Amino acid sequence: MSEIVLPRRQLIARAGGLVAAAGALPLLSGCDVINDAPAVRKILSMGEEMNRASQRALIDRNALAREFGKSDLSPYFRPNGTRLPAGAAYAAHASSGFADWRVKVTGLVARPLSLSMADIRTMPQRTQITRHDCVEGWSAIGQWTGPQLSDILAAAGVRDSARYIVFRCADRLGDALYYESCDMVDALHPQTIMAWALNGAVLPIANGAPLRLRIERQLGYKHAKYVNAIEAVASLDQIGAGKGGYWEDRIDYEWYAGI
Amino acid sequence: MAEAETPVAPIQPEPVRVYRHRLPARIWHWVNAVTLLILLMSGLMIFNAHPRLYWGEYGANFDRAWLVIGSTPDSGYLRIGDYRVETTGVLGRWTDAEGAQKTWAFPGWATIPTSYSLADGRRWHLLFAWVLSIGLTLYMVWTLLGGHLRKDLHIRRAEWLPRHIWHDVKEHARLRFPRGEAAARYGILQKLSYIGVIFVLLPLMIATGLTMSPGMNAAWPWLLDVFGGRQSARSIHFIAAWALVAFFLVHIAMVLLAGPINEVRSMVTGWFRLPPERGERA
Repeated sequence: MSEIVLPRRQLIARAGGLVAAAGALPLLSGCDVINDAPAVRKILSMGEEMNRASQRALIDRNALAREFGKSDLSPYFRPNGTRLPAGAAYAAHASSGFADWRVKVTGLVARPLSLSMADIRTMPQRTQITRHDCVEGWSAIGQWTGPQLSDILAAAGVRDSARYIVFRCADRLGDALYYESCDMVDALHPQTIMAWALNGAVLPIANGAPLRLRIERQLGYKHAKYVNAIEAVASLDQIGAGKGGYWEDRIDYEWYAGI
Repeated sequence: MAEAETPVAPIQPEPVRVYRHRLPARIWHWVNAVTLLILLMSGLMIFNAHPRLYWGEYGANFDRAWLVIGSTPDSGYLRIGDYRVETTGVLGRWTDAEGAQKTWAFPGWATIPTSYSLADGRRWHLLFAWVLSIGLTLYMVWTLLGGHLRKDLHIRRAEWLPRHIWHDVKEHARLRFPRGEAAARYGILQKLSYIGVIFVLLPLMIATGLTMSPGMNAAWPWLLDVFGGRQSARSIHFIAAWALVAFFLVHIAMVLLAGPINEVRSMVTGWFRLPPERGERA
């Protein structure tokens, strides 16, 4: 019985949401009722899918983000999000210059890796001066150096079944560790690097030391900082709350952040 | 017999009705009315996440902003260049419906959603940006191919004469609007503002919006060159939005002055009643 009643109730609730949406539109400050209705949220999320599909169709998978010259650098590169991860473990790593920091490469790979910072610095490097765009609206230009993620994944022998790459971070925000993810198009993009240097110096702690992701065609919150694990997965369903990132899980930021 | 005693009423001329707005124009008008309101209010929410504007490629808190909406412990202010004005109660520091002091730039009544949510503001904005873009594209095609441009918006040589334009400005300032047949056609100021909105302002909003997209920057890097960088594009997007608000305010004022019922009815049904010539009895 409940199996029949429940969907119907949901349907009524959804229809109610739509009616409320249509009726309340002119009532400007009543918008929050509409904003929170599940049916409306479903419609709103269509925009993200349209943006992702159209940008994937329109943008060549290797099309580069603009690279700038040294004269274009921001005088000061604004850090955001976590500026100093809490806890004794990170503090110990920081005081030893991250000599014992390990980045594990696991999941759907033929050869799981545990890379030291020395390993990462001896790989072929890419240096790029790019613009960092925060979802909030500001931009900063910085010079980043690090190995291409595609090289790291190739070294680990990423399997064809991998569809997403998950980046695990050492900084805890509230109840959980930060994490992010991207699809293989962005993971294998030539400008997607694991950066350990900013503006020619070792990455400052506020900007994600010792290692952070640069994923230049997406917004700032995708650029995971304090990265200690890279995981190849077939699905994001079992990661966090299943939406592919810390903020995606909590406040509905778009997983595809190309706009 | 009784008829002979009835006083003769003055002859009431039937109002002349003309079919003024075709269906695509009416649909687009009302879709846009809703869409632009949502885009404005959700855009103000997005602005609230970083209420500072810059020129050039980059710009963040440590860089010089040409426009800031900010707050001090007891006031709100707007700063443009070096000019600063107190805006306590409206911008930068205001009181919400529950009586709580807030320091977001634009107040809750002006934003979607009412309480701060950058994520939700973006979802509304980026979905309705599609409605605007698809609608504008279709409308532009219809305008060009359906004869709207040629028949209604085309500016004839005589209309470009400064004397003619000045005459129209003076007539508007005196609130003397065209009557009779002339009322069915657009005046030079109307043509210029509609062309300006359809072919300049709205495309500018879409192009500057796309210029802020890091994905689109990779696809079409020339957009950055056209607008002088992402932060310049953001500033132009903001300015053009207020230009649209200004258009809206003048548009509403003109509708109210020209006869709101007749004007709104014509945008619903398409049929417009010509106001009788001066001197004729209505």
